[in-house]
Amino acid sequence: MQHARSIAPARQREGSPWTGLWAVVAKEMADYLTSARMMILEALILLTAFGTVYAASQNLRAGAGASDDFLFLRLFTTAREPLPAFVGFLGLLVPLLAIALAFDSINGEFNQRTLSKVLAQPIYRDALLLGKFLAGLGTLALALTAIWLLIIGMGLLQLGVPPSGEETVRMLWFLLITIFYGGIWLALAMLFSIIFRQPATAALAAIAVWLFFTVFWGIIASLLARALQPAPPGDTQALINQIQLELLLTRLSPNTLFSEVALAMLNPAVRALGIVLPIQLHNAIPGTPLPAGQSILLTWPHATGLIAATIVLFAIGYILFQRQEVRA
Amino acid sequence: MTDVVIECRDLTKQYGAFTAVDHLNLTVRKGEIFGLLGPNGAGKTTTILMLLGLTEPTSGSVRVLGLDPARQPLSVKARVGYLPDQVGFYDHLTARENLNYIAKLNGIREPEMSKRINEALDQVGLSNVADRRVKTFSRGMRQRLGVAEILIKQPQLIIMDEPTLALDPEAVREFLDLIRQLKASGITILLSSHLLQQVQAVCDRVGLFHQGRMVLEGTVSELAQRVLGGAYRIHVEAEGGDAVAAALRALPDVVKVSANGSQYNVEARADLRAEIARKVVEAGGKLLGLSVDTPSLDEVYARYFQKGAAYAARA
Repeated sequence: MQHARSIAPARQREGSPWTGLWAVVAKEMADYLTSARMMILEALILLTAFGTVYAASQNLRAGAGASDDFLFLRLFTTAREPLPAFVGFLGLLVPLLAIALAFDSINGEFNQRTLSKVLAQPIYRDALLLGKFLAGLGTLALALTAIWLLIIGMGLLQLGVPPSGEETVRMLWFLLITIFYGGIWLALAMLFSIIFRQPATAALAAIAVWLFFTVFWGIIASLLARALQPAPPGDTQALINQIQLELLLTRLSPNTLFSEVALAMLNPAVRALGIVLPIQLHNAIPGTPLPAGQSILLTWPHATGLIAATIVLFAIGYILFQRQEVRA
Repeated sequence: MTDVVIECRDLTKQYGAFTAVDHLNLTVRKGEIFGLLGPNGAGKTTTILMLLGLTEPTSGSVRVLGLDPARQPLSVKARVGYLPDQVGFYDHLTARENLNYIAKLNGIREPEMSKRINEALDQVGLSNVADRRVKTFSRGMRQRLGVAEILIKQPQLIIMDEPTLALDPEAVREFLDLIRQLKASGITILLSSHLLQQVQAVCDRVGLFHQGRMVLEGTVSELAQRVLGGAYRIHVEAEGGDAVAAALRALPDVVKVSANGSQYNVEARADLRAEIARKVVEAGGKLLGLSVDTPSLDEVYARYFQKGAAYAARA
């Protein structure tokens, strides 16, 4: 150890890699929050929130009555034709918002010819990249939290009852997961902004990935599962294996992880994600809600997966950015 | 040795099989304006990026202000101001907001920050447009804002890459004045350019780059002496026929005389105007005009590459 330390300084970089990080975060966040594209998206999400939550609360007032213990959670999940529920919209809009924030974060600086100037200041590239990412995540968190609070406010006005502690915990956890779900798309868009010199290409690439997971991955996963794990009629075990494989494959998509979390957190009666055999329901009272803690445990792997994917995508971008030549 | 600001020894940078900078040796001393001159693609920008630690050298050593840019990039970048080729700004921000960001990246805090920003804006003459968006700025203004960004960190060395490119003549003149002011305040300046005519006026010494090598180095007149043979070009207008031409040719230090009617072009190794005037009169001629051209780098450069093959053979 002593030996290692004595030879280390020659290869070590001087100073902290985070020098200047907060200057970058502050500047980028100010940019994001005042940019026109952010305002358009915020307006869009706000409109959806109002529309769907209003529709949901009308429905709830007409139907449910006081017997329901989780009125507030229903605000997110109740759909009234022709509108889907708010969580359905979130699954689409959060990736869009994240991609819109980050698709030009690095190549934009490059095309604006500010990159070499900024890197000629006494900061490392680490600070610039992480600063931009944190600013994006912060913006996302700020926007989503504001929308959450608005929904709760609308719920208070429309329903006339405060949310219970149980509901608050569930909504907070769901908010956190939503932010990290956005984080994946933020990291992905940022990665593309490092790879592609044209912001339009980066945006298209990110949207292509998003479309792929939203529209095609479910179909592909099902086809793959059937091809890899054929289930002859009558063979129950093979059928179960096939379904398990399909589930595994679909869970590679962040969209699936997010919708499963939404399902488990906003619908306390959900006890398991995946297939449940009748034998496993022995002695269970159908329809009884799980405690919030148990639902969190149920979605813990999903949260881990979402955060891990975010970190992996960011790390790939980080490596590419460190190796990139500054000059045109 | 403390007055050496930049020192490169056998500095080499290769991109794959392509050698961008080839065994460069360069020394720049405190208070100098050094011009890195050469055509595009000669390795000037690569050299600058290595000086700033933005690109790692393949081999050789660099010292900037006694520091190694690859190992101590933060210290180097805190002391060196860099004005990139066609510097960019955040167009949606005002000039002051752009400067604010750079100041914060340099760890400069209030109230020092506002003070330095105001001083820098004053010095480059942009105080009256400080709160306008950079979007509306002309190229000349952007270039001066670029200098302001450098000034707020109070650098010991300023490196400028093609600073006069794409500026109109008036803006170039103003910009060169600004460079002279900076030199007067004791800052060392390294600038690169392929517009030789424009920068020769401000450079104390220049280095000519060609295909990654520095082929010539010295003051402008030294280079002219070496490459053009005669460093001075004297125009003489005199009536008097062959006697005058013969008298001019007989002068010591005259390299070449070409006559065109009553016009004579004299290439000489020294400023011979006084002697020429005397000789013309002594030879019975009527002296009508006498002027000297300062040798231009363009000429040096063009002549050098005409003779390029011969020089390469000698090297």
